[in-house]
Amino acid sequence: MNKIFSMSRKDVLTFVIFSAVVLLMPIWLQPFGAAYPDLMQKFAIFGILAIGFNVLFGLTGYLSFGHAAFLGVGSYTAVWTFKLFSMNPIPALILAVIMAGLFALAIGYVSLRRSGIYFSILTLAFAQMSYNLAYSVLTPITNGETGLQLELQDPRVIDSAFGSTSDGSLPVSNLFGLVDMNGIPGFYFCAVFLIIGFFITQRIFASPFGMMLRAIKSNQTRMNYTGFNTRPYTLTAFVISGMFAGLAGGLMAVTDPLAGAERMQWTASGEIVLMTILGGVGTLIGPVVGAWLIKYFENIFSSFNESVLHNLFAFLPDGVEKFVVEITSMFVGEGWHLTLGLIFMLVVTFLPGGMMEGFRRIGSLFNRDGGDKAKPNEKTPAPAPAE
Amino acid sequence: MSERKDGPSRRKVLKGAAAGLVTAGVAPTIFTSSAHAFRNEPTGDTVTLGFNVPQTGSYADEGADELRAYQLAVEHLNGEGDGGMLNTMQPSALKGEGILGKKVAYVTGDTQTKSDAARASAKRMIEKDGALMISGGSSSGVAIAVQGLCQEMGTIFMAGLTHSNDTTGKDKRRYGFRHFFNAYMSGAALGPVLGQEYGKDRRAYHLTADYTWGWTQEESMINSTEALGWETAETVKTPVGAGDFSQYITPVLNSGADVLILNHYGRDMVNSLTQAIQFGLKDRQSNGKDFQIVVPLFSRLMAQGAGENIKGILGSTNWNWSLQDAGSQAFVKSFGAKYGFPPSMAAHTCYVQTLLYADACERAGTFDPIQVIKALEGHKFDGMGNGPTEYRAEDHQCFKDVLVVRGNENPTSQFDLLNVVQQVPRSQVEYDASIFGGDLGPYEV
Amino acid sequence: MDAIFLQFLNGLDKGGAYALIALGLTLVFGTLGVVNFAHGALFMLGAFCAVTLRKLLTLEMVATDPEKVTAWGTPLEIRTPYVEAWFGDFGAFMVDFSVPFSILLAIPVMLVIGVVMERGLIKHFYRRPHAEQILVTFGLAIVLQEIIKHYFGANPIPQPMPSAVGGAADIGAALGMDPNVIVYPWWRLIYFAFSVVVIGAVFAFLQFTTFGMVVRAGMADRETVGLIGIDIDKRFTAMFGLAAIVAGMAGVMYTPLLPPDYHLGMDFLVLSFVVVVVGGMGSLPGAVAAGFLLGILQSLASMTEIKAIIPGIDQIIIYLVAVIILLVRPRGLLGRRGVMES
Repeated sequence: MNKIFSMSRKDVLTFVIFSAVVLLMPIWLQPFGAAYPDLMQKFAIFGILAIGFNVLFGLTGYLSFGHAAFLGVGSYTAVWTFKLFSMNPIPALILAVIMAGLFALAIGYVSLRRSGIYFSILTLAFAQMSYNLAYSVLTPITNGETGLQLELQDPRVIDSAFGSTSDGSLPVSNLFGLVDMNGIPGFYFCAVFLIIGFFITQRIFASPFGMMLRAIKSNQTRMNYTGFNTRPYTLTAFVISGMFAGLAGGLMAVTDPLAGAERMQWTASGEIVLMTILGGVGTLIGPVVGAWLIKYFENIFSSFNESVLHNLFAFLPDGVEKFVVEITSMFVGEGWHLTLGLIFMLVVTFLPGGMMEGFRRIGSLFNRDGGDKAKPNEKTPAPAPAE
Repeated sequence: MSERKDGPSRRKVLKGAAAGLVTAGVAPTIFTSSAHAFRNEPTGDTVTLGFNVPQTGSYADEGADELRAYQLAVEHLNGEGDGGMLNTMQPSALKGEGILGKKVAYVTGDTQTKSDAARASAKRMIEKDGALMISGGSSSGVAIAVQGLCQEMGTIFMAGLTHSNDTTGKDKRRYGFRHFFNAYMSGAALGPVLGQEYGKDRRAYHLTADYTWGWTQEESMINSTEALGWETAETVKTPVGAGDFSQYITPVLNSGADVLILNHYGRDMVNSLTQAIQFGLKDRQSNGKDFQIVVPLFSRLMAQGAGENIKGILGSTNWNWSLQDAGSQAFVKSFGAKYGFPPSMAAHTCYVQTLLYADACERAGTFDPIQVIKALEGHKFDGMGNGPTEYRAEDHQCFKDVLVVRGNENPTSQFDLLNVVQQVPRSQVEYDASIFGGDLGPYEV
Repeated sequence: MDAIFLQFLNGLDKGGAYALIALGLTLVFGTLGVVNFAHGALFMLGAFCAVTLRKLLTLEMVATDPEKVTAWGTPLEIRTPYVEAWFGDFGAFMVDFSVPFSILLAIPVMLVIGVVMERGLIKHFYRRPHAEQILVTFGLAIVLQEIIKHYFGANPIPQPMPSAVGGAADIGAALGMDPNVIVYPWWRLIYFAFSVVVIGAVFAFLQFTTFGMVVRAGMADRETVGLIGIDIDKRFTAMFGLAAIVAGMAGVMYTPLLPPDYHLGMDFLVLSFVVVVVGGMGSLPGAVAAGFLLGILQSLASMTEIKAIIPGIDQIIIYLVAVIILLVRPRGLLGRRGVMES
């Protein structure tokens, strides 16, 4: 047991810095205008999703295009647990992880019979089937387009057994009636899971199991020729990453008790892939950075409307200001997709290793003369314009 | 973003050293202290409203039009421009001096027509930008999701375009208000006109978008047409965003039906209508009668995408710019003067909702949502385009006249797509608030 | 029986569209080994060639009538299309046939777009991992569609077909059955015929020209062809251009069936990948066969009788078939071993 916790010094340092960065988000996100509870919760949740995905894709090279399905299953399970049993997040999360794990086991068992793009299409097909059915035929379970929501009439057998009474308003998920799972406490709740999840992946990366997965990635055929059955390993990795997704889905429901089918759509699966590649596949921190960057764009860039821009550039002379606002407004507000697309192209063209490679390059610039101050540079926040 | 208003930080998130930093920026506000305090109470000289519309995705143009209407409403509230409906609204407590003396500012967000994105964006506006009221939406799923969120957050939600019965039925909320009409009213208004135009002996074939809005629309249309004596030949659910609907249209040909009812909206409506007409349904004879197509919910903006195909097709709409009452004309005039074209019905409902909220604040004399809700509940007003209107207290649904329209055979401009066939009086589309169930929930949250 | 026949017919025209898109995608896979997520965007760009031509043809002279005012306060505009003013009836004919004419515009435009895309971007990604190809082409697809959205808006823009073929053909009557039982839109029949012609032409080009032979040899064994001293890269660039043209033409001809908007490409993207994979990576006949197979199955699954037995089957049929085929035939219908598996 001791061995699991024995980490190299570098790993300990990475872990400590990572935890500090996550826990101090409410402070260092201030200048970026992102330090409000909902976005920080999303940062933590999508961070979990991305590192989980990275266990599969980064280590084994299997590109799942249907990972959002597990996110959706986790969310639906968590909301149903709230409705039927208790508003406590712990049972909801446990069930969400288990359900997502079972789902991943079933889908993974079938899909992993194929590799390469055939595997990707199989996972995509399963996820799209889940999405289409959840949106329409399975509405009694999923509440379709509207999304599964809490209702006053929900039984909540455990809560009512403990005599919690309704004041006529919908309950909020809470930890044993002590802390409500919204706002800043909700963020810290998610952040703890992100840190635990990060720790687990760190251990997986350093373990013999992780080595095995990497070996599969580099040459599966050779592994098979040596008489070694790789399937149990890939399936384990698939299930683990499915459970991470289920945890993320559960946390989404904990911080905001609503589960919608669109969480399972292929675009959502694609988003996970993009986060991971954008940040840096196979690196520990890259996927998290990618997730933060994309969520930042989605929530902050999309909110810059023309009047905000006019305020921003008010110091410029009139004609120039109008021109600058016209140009920038193409890239923010309703044009934020355009910026995202351009960033994908630029990063992948010039930084094939994702943002992490960029940080490494910046880091090596400073360390060129061989200083021993080599520090992981993951702390560098995603470059974003100050407001 | 200098205009952002942050409420005072009521809660020390990080005690000690970090506290100073936090007060400088965000204000995660959970109120436990005094009874009169409410989230995002404006303390400066401005009040911030949040406009949450689709800016990307299929409804982006509709969202853009909604945003134009919001900007116009904010201008008028602040006493800029020609005042628009401020001059025609009755009764009105608005003076063009902002709301309760505070200048109106606004923030915007992109719903992407997805519940999750819409809720995230609404949360940003409430938690970070200090928005006191959220408005917007172009789909019922999104509106219901955001309305639920606003109930939890104790922030008033003035729904934009949402047509499902559920918004003010099964999923109604104390903090949610809808000015737009709903599927039930479409059915109730269209039914008698369909009877007059196409007779009592008809067999209807429904193609229905397979999600909650589609189902309520289908149900309402079946109820009102069967009450006329029509038969329902078949009801077929189609996947949302199918693009090509031809595989669902071929079975219509030999089904023995003589009316096709398309319970689709937006892009689905454009596609299914275009394709149905290519199958020659409009020129077809069935059971010795001319085959007819009906589109229960028409939107002028989306109808442009169907081009020639909407000519002669009957449907219903909440409002159209061709209305001749003083309120509509004032709105069309100031919108047209600013943007160069007439507003859509989505723009109209968003504009009216903003004014109604501001007016309710003035009448309540406070921004306290509980008082504002009470001021809106049961409020009767006129001069906003649909005749005398009432915000029913039981379900927060506006009751007003509904327009039955027909695709214009000889449009004089690209905007002149719909002719008003009949302005169906409010009494005909009214229903008992209890038929859809649901529970508004408490004032205090 | 009539119903099944009609659905079958419907499956053919659907399948034609799927096959055309999958064909271009497979050309790129097979030759360049690139997973092109921007292929849907090429389809969309083709559709907007039609939109652009129609816009140009219907450009209007705008004169304002100061006497009259619109309801929203601007002076009433009197619009006359230039083309009609200049060419009279012939102009009206041009406008009426704008969609078929757009093909003439789409071929050079798409060729240029394709070659620029390949030389400017795709070229650098030949030897990069598929995941990076996916990301960069996906980014490109987003950029392209956002540019279109910026200029054309988000609403669909209707593209009427020539009025001569606007209605539906009474196939039943032509075959000596009762009239008005089996009717089918002319344009859908035309689309099916068009797809057969284009697919045939591409196959003939690859089969019977020296150029095509070299390309096929390059698809089978790129290195050896290179060793013989043939510049295969140039030919592959040309194939990318060809794929773009095929996608673009498919887009042009599709516009009367589906009023195009900027998002059109994304809607077809996933579907076309499923078609290509079911057909077998890199196999042209496989892509065509899978296109028609999935089109027909989708149409049949939408029949009320079948939905009554398995609710929701029409929503998932394509994916269900994909799963089954991939489990039964590891490399799709006609895929070769070792393509895109590492």
